[in-house]
Amino acid sequence: MTGRLPRADYAVERFRLDNGLRVLLAPDKGAGVVGIAVHYDVGFRSEPQGRTGFAHLFEHLMFQGSESLPKLEHFRLVQSSGGVFNGSTHTDYTDYFEVVPAAALERGLFLEADRMRAPNITAENLSNQVDVVSEEIRLNVLNRPYGGFPWIHLPAVLFSSFANAHNGYGDFVDLQAATVQDCAEFFQTYYTPANAVLTICGDLDITRATELVAQHFGDITGRPAPVRPSFDEPWPTSVLEAEHLDQHAPQPALAVGWRLPDPVSHLRDYLAFVLLGGMLADGESSRLQSAIVAKTGLATDIWAGAGLLGGPLDSRDPDVFVLGAIHNSQVPAKTVIEAANQQIAALAANGPDDKELRQALARFVSALYRDNDGIATRTQSLGAMELLHGRAELLSELPDLLSTITGDEIASAAGTLDPTRYALLRVVPAGDR
Amino acid sequence: MAGRTTAGEIPLAPDVTNQPPAFRTAQEIARTVIGPRPIPPLAKTGRIRTPALARAVLPTGLQVVAVRKPRSPLVEVRLRIPFGGTSKVHAARAEMLSATVLLGTGSRTREQVDADLALVGGHLDASVDPQRLSVTGSVLSTGLPVLLEVLADCLTDPAFRRNDVLGERDRLVAHLSIAATQPSSVAHRYLQQRRFGDHPAAWDMPDAELVGSVGVAAVRGLHSRAVLPAGSTLVLVGDLSPTRTIDAAAETLGGWVGASGKATRPLSAPPPVVGGDLLAHHRPGAVQSQLRLSAAAVPRADPRYPAFQLANLIYGGYFSSRLVENIRESKGYTYSARSSLEFWPGTAAVTIAFDTTTESTAPALLEARYELGRLSLLPPTAEEMDAARNYALGTLATSLSTQAGLASMLSVLAGSGLDETWLAEHPARLAALTVQEVADAARDLLAPAHFTGIVVGDLGVLEPALRSLGDVQLA
Repeated sequence: MTGRLPRADYAVERFRLDNGLRVLLAPDKGAGVVGIAVHYDVGFRSEPQGRTGFAHLFEHLMFQGSESLPKLEHFRLVQSSGGVFNGSTHTDYTDYFEVVPAAALERGLFLEADRMRAPNITAENLSNQVDVVSEEIRLNVLNRPYGGFPWIHLPAVLFSSFANAHNGYGDFVDLQAATVQDCAEFFQTYYTPANAVLTICGDLDITRATELVAQHFGDITGRPAPVRPSFDEPWPTSVLEAEHLDQHAPQPALAVGWRLPDPVSHLRDYLAFVLLGGMLADGESSRLQSAIVAKTGLATDIWAGAGLLGGPLDSRDPDVFVLGAIHNSQVPAKTVIEAANQQIAALAANGPDDKELRQALARFVSALYRDNDGIATRTQSLGAMELLHGRAELLSELPDLLSTITGDEIASAAGTLDPTRYALLRVVPAGDR
Repeated sequence: MAGRTTAGEIPLAPDVTNQPPAFRTAQEIARTVIGPRPIPPLAKTGRIRTPALARAVLPTGLQVVAVRKPRSPLVEVRLRIPFGGTSKVHAARAEMLSATVLLGTGSRTREQVDADLALVGGHLDASVDPQRLSVTGSVLSTGLPVLLEVLADCLTDPAFRRNDVLGERDRLVAHLSIAATQPSSVAHRYLQQRRFGDHPAAWDMPDAELVGSVGVAAVRGLHSRAVLPAGSTLVLVGDLSPTRTIDAAAETLGGWVGASGKATRPLSAPPPVVGGDLLAHHRPGAVQSQLRLSAAAVPRADPRYPAFQLANLIYGGYFSSRLVENIRESKGYTYSARSSLEFWPGTAAVTIAFDTTTESTAPALLEARYELGRLSLLPPTAEEMDAARNYALGTLATSLSTQAGLASMLSVLAGSGLDETWLAEHPARLAALTVQEVADAARDLLAPAHFTGIVVGDLGVLEPALRSLGDVQLA
């Protein structure tokens, strides 16, 4: 099967404007729709101390109007053109996208250019969006079981620097403290064209799209892209442990985090963990589902894989391999972890069998194609690959790259999931106290 | 040449050419020399080709629909089996059946079913609700024959091994206990009770105690009585040849026959949703409240449906709707508010849903009712109508542009006895609507008096404000 995986081609062309904006074009004739995404090279890892949650709050503000568009007009124009939109803040980037009928391409480009050039940030909109973001946090974190698990609380255990360890949704105190001037400085530091990738994917003509990009984005002046610091820090040298009291969870849960190789400079090493995650926990035939859920019932749910938020290949270094489980309160977390570590140790000692490797590969590739069948995800994936790796082509190349990863490489990846050096977050139901 | 100096010289002015300009204020950022620019018009819309489709009803009564959509080298699979019941015991058994039907066959262990699918890049998942049992999957296009064979094996010869059934029962009970702590699940259960009472349509979530007493024999019995091809629909969309795929499905699934002469049973029509007081449920210490309002609507096949669709969009069906602009963008009461149309056999409803802080709950309810009253009494503007229409048309095209979107849509339509013809004709129906038709629909659909609903929150704090608004009673 290895040599016979069907292919999907996501061909791209690229150019750069004088202001530094990187542009990616990915035509898909006949799609009828076109996706437009702007990825800015700033995520919550870069927000300053005392301003937790600021990158995400700022993302909300970018929808609140710009020089040519009063408040609410952005939403209205996208939707009344038949399109959908969203924005999302990640560890290392923030993206904005719309998918519109092909006839609305120029309008979509205009909207993105207008807010890259002159967003209208006011005290009133800031205060309104602090309220909306606070409601988002109550909805997604505070008022539900396992809210923010494990992406909010695990980094605080595994990492020691503020950048890597803090809560990207932010504390209410910090959100309330944000000022309009903070916003102005953040915008000028990070939202400059030289710090962004524009991706257009779908039903487009290359020549026409190139003209439209120059016409709408060409006169945006900006500052040079900020120099991105290294966020590297030492790996844990022991088991680091913390517990989080959950007011709503009926069952305990655990998350174990191990450091991963640098996804950009050690891509091949990183990809071994992507396949490893699949053979550990993807589907009934995977080792952990079979051994820990089906055969012994130690956990009701278990999962494992590269990436803390948004799946594998969604951030730069440092990134995390996460093992997570929800388990019965009669079963100690340690028992679940030991059982999982046994499976990991077996893979480290003997490697996967050939069939297991082919299964993990086919499953991953199939899911990759499925996710990227939709224009919205494809536009976002291409932009993220270009921003993080400088190579949108990676999306097309991943199946071939993954198919050359050997059982030995999987085994040595499993060998780095050291049972004596990891971070452990235990979620304790408040009712159990 | 400014700033060019040689060693030892003192420059006249600092070299600014390589320095970033000083930070501007937010006000300065928002203005450019050119000023506001005109919004570009829309270009001409190109034609989208209709994908090739084949359809057949097999001798067993299974309807198969195959569509060629080759953008990605995959095939999306949707099997929909009408699965109506009349008792809470049925709901509990159905949930157990759905949790175990893919966990092994007479010739395959639980792990083998999954491994055979994994090897061809495939997966299958089963789920159930009061209307249907559904098996959803996808596979690399080269692996479709394997996926169909595994699916046929699970449908005709599921193992229901004791260990697997009892193990899944424990997991299901655990999942139900988690769902019981999810505010959205809790609110949904109360809403279903409020609008459907004891009708089986209300039992989206089975009773954990009843699930706990479902044994292997009950699951087997339900399988042989209700997992039947006659009345079911299999939709396959992707990189495939429609006619050859129909032949392959006929051959592989031909052995799925079921008890002779028996057909699947659709859910009986739930009672229409009738207006009434909001029932308030207490959740001590909640930091947010859930509000759900619902009223009767019309099914997709009804000639008034397109107008109802636009009236719903204008009210709260998308981001630039009146409800979202009011309670989120203007007042910050909520992160997300939406109103949507839902369908059961013979009945339909509009459902409005949002969560808000405890302090904002009563004010948000007031605004939601105000917007209902306003749109039901006064016609929307032509601009609002065009925006909603374009949104409906554009998002329909976007969702049908993916293999998964098209497969799911065809499967859902099959559940209402509709097909691709309805889909193909829908844009013309939307295009033909007048403001008057949408105003008439809004009058019928959105009249505040037609609504019932629930609120869940900390009534210790909420009660006085809710009482003063009125039309609310304590549960």
